[in-house]
Order: sequence, then structure tokens, then C-alpha cells
Amino acid sequence: MSTDLTRMTAAALAGAIASGEASAEEAARAHLDRIGAVDEKVHAFLHVDTEGALRAARAVDAKRAAGEKLGPLAGVPLALKDLITTEGVPTTCGSKILEGWIPPYDATVTKRLKDAGVVVLGKTNMDEFAMGSSTETSAYGPTGNPWDLTRIPGGSGGGSSASIASYQAPLAIGTDTGGSIRQPASVTGTVGVKPTYGAVSRYGLVAFSSSLDQAGPCARNVLDTALLHSVIAGHDPMDSTSIDAPVPDVVAAARQGREQGIAGMRVGVVKEFAGEGYQAGVEQRFREAVEVLRGLGAEVVEISCPHFTYALPAYYLIAPSECSSNLARFDAMRYGLRVGDDGSHSAEEVTALTREAGFGDEVKRRIMLGTYALSSGYYDAYYGQAQKVRTLITRDFDAAFAAVDVLVSPTTPTTAFPIGERVDDPMAMYLADLCTIPSNLAGNAAMSVPCGLAPEDGLPVGLQIIAPPMADDRLYRVGAAVEAALTDSWGHPILEEAPSL
Amino acid sequence: MPGITREEVAHLARLSRLELSEKELDHFATQLDDIVGAVARVGEVAAEDVPPTSHPLPLTNVMRADEVRPSLTPEQALAAAPAVEEQRFRVPQILGED
Amino acid sequence: MSTATSLVSYEDALEKYDPVMGLEVHVELGTATKMFCGCTTALGGDANAQTCPVCLGLPGALPVVNAKGVEGAVRIGLALNCEIAEWCRFARKNYFYPDMPKNFQTSQYDEPIAFNGHLDVEVDGEVFRVEIERAHMEEDTGKSTHVGGATGRIQGADHSLIDYNRAGIPLIEIVTKPIVGAGARAPQVAKAYVAELRELIKALGVSEARMEMGQMRCDVNLSLRPHGREKFGTRSETKNVNSLRSVERAARSEIQRQATVLDDGGSIVQETRHFHEDTGSTTSGRIKEEAEDYRYFPEPDLVPVAPAREWVEELRAELPELPRVRRKRLQQEWGVGDHEMQSALNAGAIDLITATIDAGAPADQARKWWMGELARHANESGTELDGLAITPVQVARVSALVAEGSLNDKLARQVIEGVLAGEGGPDEVVEKRGLKVVSDEGALTAAVDDAIASNAAVAEKIRGGNMGAVGALIGGVMKATRGQADAKRVREIILEKLGVG
Ligand SMILES: [Mg+2]
Ligand SMILES: [Zn+2]
Repeated sequence: MSTDLTRMTAAALAGAIASGEASAEEAARAHLDRIGAVDEKVHAFLHVDTEGALRAARAVDAKRAAGEKLGPLAGVPLALKDLITTEGVPTTCGSKILEGWIPPYDATVTKRLKDAGVVVLGKTNMDEFAMGSSTETSAYGPTGNPWDLTRIPGGSGGGSSASIASYQAPLAIGTDTGGSIRQPASVTGTVGVKPTYGAVSRYGLVAFSSSLDQAGPCARNVLDTALLHSVIAGHDPMDSTSIDAPVPDVVAAARQGREQGIAGMRVGVVKEFAGEGYQAGVEQRFREAVEVLRGLGAEVVEISCPHFTYALPAYYLIAPSECSSNLARFDAMRYGLRVGDDGSHSAEEVTALTREAGFGDEVKRRIMLGTYALSSGYYDAYYGQAQKVRTLITRDFDAAFAAVDVLVSPTTPTTAFPIGERVDDPMAMYLADLCTIPSNLAGNAAMSVPCGLAPEDGLPVGLQIIAPPMADDRLYRVGAAVEAALTDSWGHPILEEAPSL
Repeated sequence: MPGITREEVAHLARLSRLELSEKELDHFATQLDDIVGAVARVGEVAAEDVPPTSHPLPLTNVMRADEVRPSLTPEQALAAAPAVEEQRFRVPQILGED
Repeated sequence: MSTATSLVSYEDALEKYDPVMGLEVHVELGTATKMFCGCTTALGGDANAQTCPVCLGLPGALPVVNAKGVEGAVRIGLALNCEIAEWCRFARKNYFYPDMPKNFQTSQYDEPIAFNGHLDVEVDGEVFRVEIERAHMEEDTGKSTHVGGATGRIQGADHSLIDYNRAGIPLIEIVTKPIVGAGARAPQVAKAYVAELRELIKALGVSEARMEMGQMRCDVNLSLRPHGREKFGTRSETKNVNSLRSVERAARSEIQRQATVLDDGGSIVQETRHFHEDTGSTTSGRIKEEAEDYRYFPEPDLVPVAPAREWVEELRAELPELPRVRRKRLQQEWGVGDHEMQSALNAGAIDLITATIDAGAPADQARKWWMGELARHANESGTELDGLAITPVQVARVSALVAEGSLNDKLARQVIEGVLAGEGGPDEVVEKRGLKVVSDEGALTAAVDDAIASNAAVAEKIRGGNMGAVGALIGGVMKATRGQADAKRVREIILEKLGVG
């Protein structure tokens, strides 16, 4: 085999495997080799499941040999965020408290991937329990951005974004509570989608903030992202918040966008996401992307969503509140770390000693913040008020989507910042999710797609496309159109400008 | 809005079962005070008549039939336990009520 | 607190103070599966064999509401004359405890499914209305065994062992409004309320409500206020009072204890207390220095429950005859007084008597056996009547054997003993123990002749018209036949032989 299987798109690789040009095992080995070659530098993976991956790949090859029909991503390798349970394979959520935990069950997402013949290579690094925007809060050390290993790959899903940007996997799964799929995609020059809340089952997704968490697809291009989206999305009776309705045809939408464009679509530019705090190069590339949309025949208008400026404070009340409760189960009684069980400490003390030793600073901060916001006497002013802001933000979206088909903004205000820069400045770190958070609060769908490199630092900039709930297909149509136009203008996919590792 | 004091952080740590060190108490007190100061902005939105949103989607009545599904085996259930005795989770002494 | 002061007598306490009670009853529903997962609720399973990721609180697991649990809650609510919420939610009650896997209990807070009802109970033939504040859905915890201390108690134990089979079993918590105006009858009202509630639950078929098995548990909140004062006094909460008798005793002992403290010039501490079966008194538990801060918030993993009005009306129409109405009817049918009926209710005998009548026994016989011989056995063995190893059909059979003259009362008691001892059904016991009444005329006549011969003086008295002396001769015959003679027939033969009557 002369072609480098790690450089192919997922769609092309699946085609090659289906036609017999390449075997799934070859594809898995090529990616495992790539991991072996570069991941020491990138540190995208917390666990590589070599045996499991090869076994799954061989099963796909056997199926093909038996003449069975293969799914559209059968045999394609994937990197799975370490927040999603995998039976028999460690799941740590980037935390010491779950070091070595081997779940006795598969998440629904894991199950769907396996059923589709997708080959899970391993588990990717992340901010501890998905709390962070840089992957620096991982208990297992940071991940480097393949564009510049001294910079962050975004977070919390930095391992997933870095793995695909460095060709260690063509596909990855992320989870997005406040931007953890889209912001990493933006700063690594890849594509990431947060589907409509409820589109992808949360069963087996270790909860950070239950009413905001959503798993989604990550890839190097829009079509691959759509293919993965359609594998993982769909109703799951194990998740009470799962949507019991057909999944929009995102693959068809991606093809339509690429082939037919977006003429006649109405695009709204969110007025509030600009100005102070936004890097000049980010604003520049964003403005250019808007012009590309206009050039593709879209009608572009400016839209004001006045309550979006309250999204960040509301988010930093709701997410910590829910997490303070969700993470209470890590108590050293049934699984995970146990510290201080020497006969002299009570269960309560062992729990407190274990949580002190097993959680990092950001997790502790958020647990205490959430505990505070839910306390009697504070509930109404904080949690209660944040839930009202949530309603107002949803109303802003409703009004906007009455006027336009999609909204656009920069995905994140800056390009990848240096590792260490914001690590003990929570407020600065939180700003990374300024533009992504409203969609988590309202539950609608949003995508980040590359729109160029910032002139001042040569690092990727992401365009965020936002669609109404259950209109995920619009993201793919618009994303694919922009991607095609920009790739044409650059002459090659943006990732080809990344330095080789 | 009032800020967060060191004593309050100690109380929050107790409530959330975190055995914080003295140094951490100081550190977190400053940071949490900053964060609370910032998030208190949600109070600026006059929202008397606005209903709170707890679920992003307006679903109701999602239920399952009362049908037994397979459980884990006790071995699976106990596999990750820090300590096991008599097929039960062994936990340190639970402080009594009297 | 008073140390050596002797207790104020119950009468003196009531002379001065007016008791106010609040009763909280938890009922385990008899669903096939747990409230939020598909694990079986069957009793007696192997430790931790009835658990899954959901009820073990494993990371990533999500709850799904058991429809039958909701139905049970609505039926209980309707039977208690409650309003049924048009829309309500689950909430998380956050506190750490090792037997609670998630360290929050999924419960309901300010939006219970049923509220504002009442239950009429009877005390000494008078109807007393107990107002119901609410009935809400929640889940049970696991079970701890304490090792290394004295008598398996939590105090002084070295460590504990937890079995989570019970964790997640559906509970309905039923809370009364403050019960005022019961005066000296407060303890009886408490007991009658719990008894009536248990009957109601059983009639609805939603639970077997066996208190001795923890399927129904009661907390008694009680305070005293001087006569004429409106404001309630400080209350104590006596936890897990797990028999009808204990409910009455706990209330009574708290009235005396609190009166003693108040008379002494002391004040009541708000605390939990524990009731001790052996002494009939309560001891202090946890003092609530700071009000518990459970940080309730709407459970984000579950969606609201909105019982459709048509469905609620269907359930209302299907409600069974309520126990009090049914008892009135049965009382008529059985021809017994209020007192007898109340005793049968307190003994949990009504269904058993009814079933025995249905199996063919006359009402008075059915009642006689269950409230006499069998009640004595239950008392001695410390079980409930329906826990005895005899069925209503078997009791009816014993009664039939007596009616046809095959057994006399004394033999019948032996048959019952045999059945309870596991020797088989009544006919089998009769067979094995050889308990047939001797009705062989020849044998009886011979025994009578013997008795007359050896008691000539007595026989003479009878001939002389002293019928009171017959008993002595009958006794002799019975002794000679080891109790197996038909006493009626023996009497006839004696009178015949002696030429009287
Ligand atoms: Mg309760
Ligand atoms: Zn279960």
C-alpha cells in the first residue's frame, strides 16, 4: 500500500476498506504506528487500546470477507474522549480519582461506534472531568497543539482535537458542555460539532453538567464529521433527555452544501461577539468568512442577542451547580481512588481525604462554587437567576432564528494560547468559551469550521455556525459550502499548513 | 452581592467533602470571591416574570415499562471496589448518630 | 437536661400540654423493577446481585423513570384524596452517605406529584381526619451491615459492609400536615393513621406494606405546646418506628419525655431520636445544630412528569373500595361490633378473615381462629398474622372438620399447631397425628361404662337430677380417649345410660 492511510479522509478510507483496496487492520496499524511515532510529543492519548483496535479491525475485515454489507465508516479508526465509558478499557476523565477505573459497561455512543464497525484506537486526554478550555487541568499532563506544541489544543477535548490534527486518527468523539468540542476544533484547524442537546445519548458520558453536556463528532472535514454524526446520533431509551425523532440527514446536507452552495440562505452575524477581548486576526478572518458566505449567495444581516452577554455568568453558575452534585458520587466507597483508609478514619473522613487528593484545583473550585450557588439563601440569587437568564438566551435565539436560518460568530475570541498562560487565572480561562456557551444553555446545534490562520501568529481561526434545535443539517450545509470555498481559495485543506511533527 | 470569605470556603469545603489545606483555603477564597463577583451579574437581569429553564428541551413523561432487565453480576459490581468483604462493599466506619 | 427526674405521668402531661404530631411514612412500592433502572426488586437475592450502573451510581449512568412507580404514586395520592400535580419534577436531595450511591437522593421537593389530601381514621368509634400535606416519589438506599461493634450497631463498629440491592427501590413518602386537636388520643390517632394507611396501600395493591420487613417505615414528629398557645413547640423527630404498636408507644413516650423536660424548665432540642422496642422509650440521635442544607435542585437527568388528566380520572375510577368503607360492610356481614373490628384491623387480620370466609368458613369461626389461636401464635413468634405458615384455605378446612364433627376444638388446635410446624395441610396433620374424634359407638360406650363404674357416686348424683355433675364424667371419658372423643356424643350416651334427659 503506497498511500498513507493516515492522511486520507474518513470517507475515502471507508471506501478503500469497503472496496478491498485497504484492510481495516492495515488502517488500524497505520494509525497505531502514527500514534507510536508522534504521541510522545503531542500526548493526545491517555490509553491506546492496541489489541482492542486490531480485534475490531479484523472483525470488519472478516465481515467484508463474508460478503456482509459494511456501514459507511466501517473500519475507520477513531479516538474516543476519555469521558465516555468503554467496557473493559480504562475511563479516567483525566482525573486521578478515576485512575485505573475499568467500567463494566459501554456508553451508548461506544456501542453505536462498535456496531458501525468504527475502530476505537484509544481514549483521549481532556481537562479533568471536562472542566477547562485547554486540557491543562488533566491529571495526566497537558496535550500539545500540533500547530505549536507549546500551545494549548483547546479544551476540554484537546486530546480529541489534537489526535485528528496530528493524523493519529481521522475521527474523534468529543463532548461539549460549554464549547469543549468547538473551541478545540477552532484552535487546531479541525471541524467539530455540538449536536442539538438530546440528539446524541448521554448514557455512559460521565456527567459534568447534565443539562448542558452533549457528545459530538470531530473530524478534519465537514463530510467526515457528518458521517460520524449520523453514526452516533439517534434516540436512546436509556437517556430520558434523548430526542425521540428522526436524525436530520446531515450527510446529505454536507453534500448539498458542497455541491449546491447556500444561495438564498439567511445568515445572521451575532453583534455581541466582537470587540474588546477579540484578537485582531480572529476578527479579520471571521469578517472574511462572512464575505465568503455572502459571495456564496447567502443573505447576511446583523443580529443582536442582547442577553448573550449574561451567558458566561449564567453558565458558571449552572455548570458548577450540576457538577457539584454529579461529582458527589466520587466518594471512595464503590470505585476509584481511596485515601486514608487505615482504620483511624471514618468513611466521611476518607471521602474528604480522597476527594482532596483525587481532584485538581479547577474541579475543586467548581464543586465549591456550585455548592455555594445551590445553598439555601443563595439559590434564588444565583442558580435560580441563572436559569432565568437561560430562558432569556433561548428567547434571543428564537427571535434570531425567526429572522435567519443560521447565526455565525468566531468560535473563540483568540487563537491557541501558550500552555501555562491562563492556568491559574480562571476568569481569563473562562473567556475562551464566551461565544460557544449560549448554544449549550439553549440546547441548539453549533459547529466550528476552520476559516483561516490569524495573520499575527499563523494559528487557526474557527468560524462558529449556529442552528436551531434539531436543524443540525443546516450546520453541515453551510459548513460544507464555506469549507469548499475556502479550501479552493487556499488550494489545499488548511491542515496541510501545519508543521509536520 | 457579598463576596466569599475564607470561613465560607471552609464551610463549602466541608459540605462538599474536600479536606482542603490552609494554603488552599486562602487561594480558593481569593479566586472564588473573584468568580462570584463576576457571575453575580446574572442578578442585573430583572426577571420577575421570566420562568426558569431547567431543561433545554420541553420534554415530559419519558418513562419505561416496569420490566426487569439483566443486572451486573456481583463480580462486575464489585470489581472496582477499593475493598470487598462478604460480597459487599467494605467501607470505613460510618459515624453513628448517637 | 434532666437526669434523674422521674417521668411526668401521661395524664399529667396531657393536663398541661397539647401534643402536635407530624407523621412521615415511607412505603416501598411493589413494582417488579427499581424506580430508575430495570434491576429486579425481588427479595432475598444474593448481595449486590441486583445492581447495575444506574443504581450503583456508576459514572455515566442515567436514570429512567419506572412508569409503574408513577402510577403507584398517583393511585396512592388519589386514595388519599389528594390533588394530582398537572406537572411536577424530580429533584436532587444532596447529602453524602455511604449507602446512597450517587450521594444525592432522587426525590421530589417543592413539586410533589400529590398534595392536599386527607385520610379519615377511627379511634374509639370516632372519626378523626388526618390532613395530608403531600405524597412524593423517591428512591431507597442500600443496606449497611456494621461489623466489629457490639450487636451490629453503627456505634463503635469497626467498618461496614454495603449491599446495594435495595438502592433505587421506589419509595413513596407520605407526609401529614400537623395533626392537632387529638389531645390524649394523639398516640392512638398516630397508630390508627398508620394502620389505616397500611390497609389502604394493601387494598390498592401497590405494596405489601410489611412494616416488619421495612416495606413501610414511619417517622413520628412530635411537639408539645401549653393549652391555649397557638404557636407550635420545638419538635423531635423519632425515626424508623417500624410497627403499629411502636408508633403508639413512641408518641406516648415522647409526650411524657417532653412534658418532663418542659416541666423542669428545660427546652426541647430539635433532634432526631431513636425508638427502642425493649424499653418503649426514645433516645437522642443527631442534634440539628445547623439546618441540613440539601441543596435541592431540579434533577437534570429526568424530564418533568405531567400526568394526563384523562389518565388520572381512569385511575380514580379504578380505585378499589376504600378500607374503611369495606370494613363497615364487612362489619355488617360478620355481625360484629366496632371494637372487634378495630382489633381485627390492628391485628392485620381483616384480609385473612375475609379470605377464610371466602374459602367456606362461617364468619364467626374465621374470626375466632385468626383472632384467637393464631393471633396468640403470631404474638409468641413475633411475626405478623400473615407471616404465619398457614393459609386462609387451611384455616377454613380446619373449621370444616370441626363443623362435620371430625375434630373438636382441642384437636383442631393441635391440627393448627401441626400445620404451623410444617407438618403439612390439616388433613395430613390429622392423618399423621391420628387426631380423629373417636365416634365409634362401641368404644365410646365402653369408655362411658368404665367412667360410670369407677365414679359411682357421681353417677348417683346425676341420676338424682344434678346435671352439673355430668362434666366430671365427660372429663373422665375424654381423658380415657386422650381427648379424641366427640364430647357432645359422650354426653348423650352418659345421659342415656343413666336414664335421665
Ligand atoms: Mg424522603
Ligand atoms: Zn439497577
